[in-house]
Amino acid sequence: MSAIVEPAKPGTAGRSRAWKAFALALPALILLVAVVGYPLLMIVLRSLSEPHWGVQNYSWFFSTPVNLVVLKRTFAISAWVTVVCVACAYPYAYLMTAVGPKVRLVMVLCVLIPFWVSGVVRTLSWVILLQDSGVINSVLKWAGIGTVRLIRTQTGVVIGMAQVLLPFMILPLYSVMKGIDLRLMRAAQSLGARPIRAFFTVYLPLSLPGVYAGAIIVFILALGFYITPALLGGPRSTMLSTLVQNQVLSLLQWGRGGAMGVVLLLATFLLLALAAPAMRQKHKEGARH
Amino acid sequence: MEMKPLTRAVLGLICLLVGIWLVAPTIVVAPMSFNGVKSLAFPPRGFSWQWYENFVTSPDWSSSFFNSLKIACLVAILATVLGTLAAFGLDRMRARPANLIRMLLLTPMVVPGVVLAIGIYAVYLDARLVGTLTGFVLAHTILALPFVLIAVSANLEVFDKRLETAAASLGAGALTTFRTVTLPLIAPGMLSGLLFAFATSFDEIIVSLFITNPYLRTLPVQIFASITRDADPTVAAVGTILLCVTTVLIGGGMLLLGRERRGRS
Repeated sequence: MSAIVEPAKPGTAGRSRAWKAFALALPALILLVAVVGYPLLMIVLRSLSEPHWGVQNYSWFFSTPVNLVVLKRTFAISAWVTVVCVACAYPYAYLMTAVGPKVRLVMVLCVLIPFWVSGVVRTLSWVILLQDSGVINSVLKWAGIGTVRLIRTQTGVVIGMAQVLLPFMILPLYSVMKGIDLRLMRAAQSLGARPIRAFFTVYLPLSLPGVYAGAIIVFILALGFYITPALLGGPRSTMLSTLVQNQVLSLLQWGRGGAMGVVLLLATFLLLALAAPAMRQKHKEGARH
Repeated sequence: MEMKPLTRAVLGLICLLVGIWLVAPTIVVAPMSFNGVKSLAFPPRGFSWQWYENFVTSPDWSSSFFNSLKIACLVAILATVLGTLAAFGLDRMRARPANLIRMLLLTPMVVPGVVLAIGIYAVYLDARLVGTLTGFVLAHTILALPFVLIAVSANLEVFDKRLETAAASLGAGALTTFRTVTLPLIAPGMLSGLLFAFATSFDEIIVSLFITNPYLRTLPVQIFASITRDADPTVAAVGTILLCVTTVLIGGGMLLLGRERRGRS
């Protein structure tokens, strides 16, 4: 160990040290290749080779209307979830920076408590809350408003998914807002800006890095959601993941299911690649203050 | 920034609603678990312990619980060992290759669950790993590894390497240095990685749904099957038990951590 900590010098000794360090990471890399790399490669190959070589599965995917409807819906639901998360997380994270330490602890606990209960159980909770004879409808009926249909609708899926993903929005937003110097707002106001104008010209731009970071994470995670739409949604809120599962497990169409999976995977990586430089840039700008 | 009372009241109300929205799903299972009838309709009718009894006595539920426990323990150990080794290796490599490898090791966090699941399922069908302990442990370990890597790397970043040099210069061998200096200093990161790895495996559902078979079911798979089959309040009982266990564990951990911190300062 002592030999490794010295700064690496060029030459054979340095090179052997580098190899020793790489050897430490090797077991994890081998497992990664075996359980993630190789399986994903298999899926890509199968999407191109079943039933015979060619891009027939991809042309099938993009020429079947129902697939395109589901693809569009997957993006639309993810976008809605992101919008709901930003709209709810922004005031929440802001208040977290403005309250005393005791209230803040309670607010942090509210964000972390969802992680305490198993993900599947949480989806069951949403069934209990949203179903026709559920908590929300009981309250509405008691209040004399009447009932609304929530389960097996797109609204229900968005409500359930946004609750799961909200912590991923609140936490990065809070960490950026915590660093914003509130004296800048006071300076703007002392120069004659009204509070609303001061907010839009000073505070909002400074908090945008947090919004970007959170929104990208939420949107990407939402694209791949499977359990929540499967249990809370109906046939009119099917997302791409369910379609993939259906092709593979029910229809045994590995080629078609694989092609859908590759489309989903590419969309995810493309978004990540597009967002990465912007996020890094914004992060630096945010950190400067 | 001073807010007007009205702004403050509106903001407080919005946040209260968001808070309720966040917490409501966690607590709503508890009243359902004491339901007197086999239904998940609200409000529950009557009172009984029968769903807790069912969880303990039904072989389906108890075996899936012990399967999950066994798998999660193995995953926690394996992921912590592999993740810590990798974190050490990457810490001692040049920045460019280290960042590339780190990014690769973190990809399981962003690959859509179902895509990874069908891939693993395809490979496991060929390798006859469907429904086996080995299959579950390997798949869950790679999903849990990023959490260990992040936790231990964060610990290594603030770790003063001169301490190792000091120990070595005082005559300690590589192994002694590791055991007496390095290990105690990165233990907090390893411990939080271990807990995250355990939780990831215990909670994993999507890959598990594909690689399960009637002989080996984990608890989340059993819960999912139960939800899709009928309205069985046993699920609510399981959820309540899990919530209580996590609350006790996290509460205990926070108390321990607080005491240790106070003891050190």
